[in-house]
Amino acid sequence: MKITLKIWRQKNAENPGRLVTYERDGVSADMSFLEMLDVLNEDLTAKGEEPVAFDHDCREGICGSCGVVIDGVAHGPQRTTTCQLHMRSFADGDTITVEPWRADPFPVIKDLVVNRGAFDRIIAAGGFVSVNTGAAPEAHATPVPKVDADRAFEAAACIGCGACVAACPNASAMLFTAAKITHLGALPQGQPERAARVVSMLDQQDAEGFGGCTNIGECAAVCPAGVPLETISQLNFDLRRSMTPSRRH
Amino acid sequence: MTDGLIDGLYREGEPIADTKAPGVPLAERWSTRVFGGHLVSPNNRRKLKIIVIGTGLAGASAGATLGEAGYQVTSFFFQDSPRRAHSIAAQGGINASKNYRNDGDSTHRLFYDTVKGGDFRSRESNVYRLAEVSGNIIDQCVAQGIPFAREYGGLLDNRSFGGVQVSRTFYARGQTGQQLLLGAYQALERQVAAGTVTTHNRHEMLELVVVDGRARGVIVRDLVTGEIETHLADAVVLASGGYSNVFYLSTNAMGCNVTASWRAHRQGALFANPCFTQIHPTCIPVSGEYQSKLTLMSESLRNDGRIWVPVAQGDTRDPRDIPADERDYYLERAYPAFGNLVPRDIASRAAKRVCDEGRGVGPGGLGVYLDFADAIARLGRDAVVAKYGNLFDMYRQITGEDPYQVPMRIYPAVHYTMGGLWVDYDLQSTIPGLFVVGEANFSDHGANRLGASALMQGLADGYFVLPNTINDYLSAGPFDTVPADHPAVVEAVTSVQDRIQALLGTRGTRSVDSFHKELGQIMWEHCGMERTEDGLLEGIEKIRALRREFWADVRVLGEAGELNQALERAGRVADFLELGELMCIDALHRRESCGGHFRAESQTEDGEALRNDDEFAYVAAWQWGGGDGAPVLHKEALHYENIELKQRSYK
Repeated sequence: MKITLKIWRQKNAENPGRLVTYERDGVSADMSFLEMLDVLNEDLTAKGEEPVAFDHDCREGICGSCGVVIDGVAHGPQRTTTCQLHMRSFADGDTITVEPWRADPFPVIKDLVVNRGAFDRIIAAGGFVSVNTGAAPEAHATPVPKVDADRAFEAAACIGCGACVAACPNASAMLFTAAKITHLGALPQGQPERAARVVSMLDQQDAEGFGGCTNIGECAAVCPAGVPLETISQLNFDLRRSMTPSRRH
Repeated sequence: MTDGLIDGLYREGEPIADTKAPGVPLAERWSTRVFGGHLVSPNNRRKLKIIVIGTGLAGASAGATLGEAGYQVTSFFFQDSPRRAHSIAAQGGINASKNYRNDGDSTHRLFYDTVKGGDFRSRESNVYRLAEVSGNIIDQCVAQGIPFAREYGGLLDNRSFGGVQVSRTFYARGQTGQQLLLGAYQALERQVAAGTVTTHNRHEMLELVVVDGRARGVIVRDLVTGEIETHLADAVVLASGGYSNVFYLSTNAMGCNVTASWRAHRQGALFANPCFTQIHPTCIPVSGEYQSKLTLMSESLRNDGRIWVPVAQGDTRDPRDIPADERDYYLERAYPAFGNLVPRDIASRAAKRVCDEGRGVGPGGLGVYLDFADAIARLGRDAVVAKYGNLFDMYRQITGEDPYQVPMRIYPAVHYTMGGLWVDYDLQSTIPGLFVVGEANFSDHGANRLGASALMQGLADGYFVLPNTINDYLSAGPFDTVPADHPAVVEAVTSVQDRIQALLGTRGTRSVDSFHKELGQIMWEHCGMERTEDGLLEGIEKIRALRREFWADVRVLGEAGELNQALERAGRVADFLELGELMCIDALHRRESCGGHFRAESQTEDGEALRNDDEFAYVAAWQWGGGDGAPVLHKEALHYENIELKQRSYK
């Protein structure tokens, strides 16, 4: 098939970027979106033009490295990661616009590559259980009801790609933070630090410059890992509870 | 050392030994070694610096644990976050000999299964230790909040994996690696907040600094600015993963590479058993020329999926229209005791054999069916969704076919490398102060790794082994400060810069990827699932020619002082071009079949791998021969005192 690409090219954080048009022919419907970009890059290299920089690694939808905005939607028309999007989702003759995640806390490094270091700092602020290696009790010492384990898993499936931020009109990271709050809060192991965790992670989220959540739901609509919107309700529940002095640890 | 070249390709040097494993009965070795090693007192640990390369299961768990102990840890990784290391993609599970199923499991059985599964080419001491600490890993992970699959009673669920007859695999749906890595990543980030660990994302190690015979630091490139940085320390830990991407198409992530290990090898670290690669039987077949990677379908699928091909050659009917008596469930037929759960090397070769017979399915006849129709009828669709839902979704996403309706098509693909840098019982390489953990070392899997053992080994090394052995080395530190203008540092920096200039300065006609693809084709054809003497010799010649062409004609655009992904790949491919030759030499010299290494000249009457224990019961540890020099082979003899050496049988 034949397509027209409009791709955001930006040399580095200091220089302004612009959309550059590339005409493509002979695109196979079975190619992944990133393989289509690989072929473009091979052709650009052959012509002596610098290839398009984009983040990617596992190419099976789990590492969270890839992610671009395709025709205004984070990760494009299917609810999956960019690497798992295939060209069969597009039609012959389509014009496809490709841009990086747009959010102040995710500054552009080059072309489609952005800096998502803010997510790591939110985790460092409290997205863990404080247990040193070797200090763990026998795994079966604390049974966990299956429904709780399943709920924890559902939230823990977050791949940290940042699509939720890119999709949110406020550039809020609420779904990302709420996924970790919900995951750890659903398990007995997460209880001792539950109240402190939500406060410190939210403080960090604010400090990074992410916007507030106004319950729009664009985040969950694009989340390739299917993290449910209700995790944000859970976060708000935990936050309110943590502000009740008697509950605070 | 013998003077003469053997076959014109390599020399033989002095044998080596693992000198750190205590000479006490197997079950006492680890505790004896831990007690016998020197300790570093808590107030001295903060004076000692450790560099860790890589943040997969081994690197993140080691970094976190060493940070908790109070060492100053600096961590480097090429990805943008530690959470993205390729361990994240491991699907099926992690083994531990908890014996929660009351099915006769024990430390000794896990040890036995692993040594046998590795076709008797791994060390008894290391494997026994792995089995010993396996249960602690599960305890640790549960305490971190890893959401393992559970039963309705609230206790942990288990499933079976290939090569064993017990259920000892713990899992979190088809995303076990993801959940375990996030646990280790969170522990690492906790130490970042505590100030014991400093992380440097988008930094790639390009050289090891060796001063007075000790590993004292690394030269890294900041992938965003292009700046070449020197980082010095008291010890260096490589947790940089495996080298499957030498085949270009593999199940590894695109960025996985051998560069950190290869640079250490060129500085004197021996590289052991490089030809031991694992071809995983259940991957989605190749669909076209543009293909960039292969996707694994977890081995756990073999618990319920049945593998078959049509009895007749060239049968192109819809698989659902082929009646039962015209299907060949070839694994169940040939290996009734283990059926679809034979080890990976056996399942892969069996698939190749039926495809070679012209009975393969799908495009090019390079595929076999993995069929869930019986499982869906027996368990119900909901139960299958609960167990394998995400894998089925992934399959549908990639192929456009619905595996609930039609059987999956699968074919073997390169997945894991058992070979790696040689380490002793302390996980220390032949360069003092350089430790190697996880897939980057060679020690535990022999010639074939069993399913769900990679996660076990990565976390065993990082959480429990290395943190107990590195103290012994560090107790002699802190070592003298290395000045930034030390000749060894200057030389390392200069060599990195020269190499980058050479890659950028060639301005030839061929892209980096075109060289990588060609190398991959050579490796797959000559050093893949089946190897022959003539084929390997031809492969070596082709690799040498390709390497010459690479340095004369590679085209890398852009500059050194910026984010330049083609430049990153060029450096990795340059190292793969050297590694590939060593793999072929290793495969050539090992004139036996064992595990994943199948020499066509050495097989039983029914086509199974035929070992030659009299001549080859050793680890082949290779020393870098210098620029055009031949590599030097050092043999570490393998002794089996607790398991009887015998031909594997899964019939």
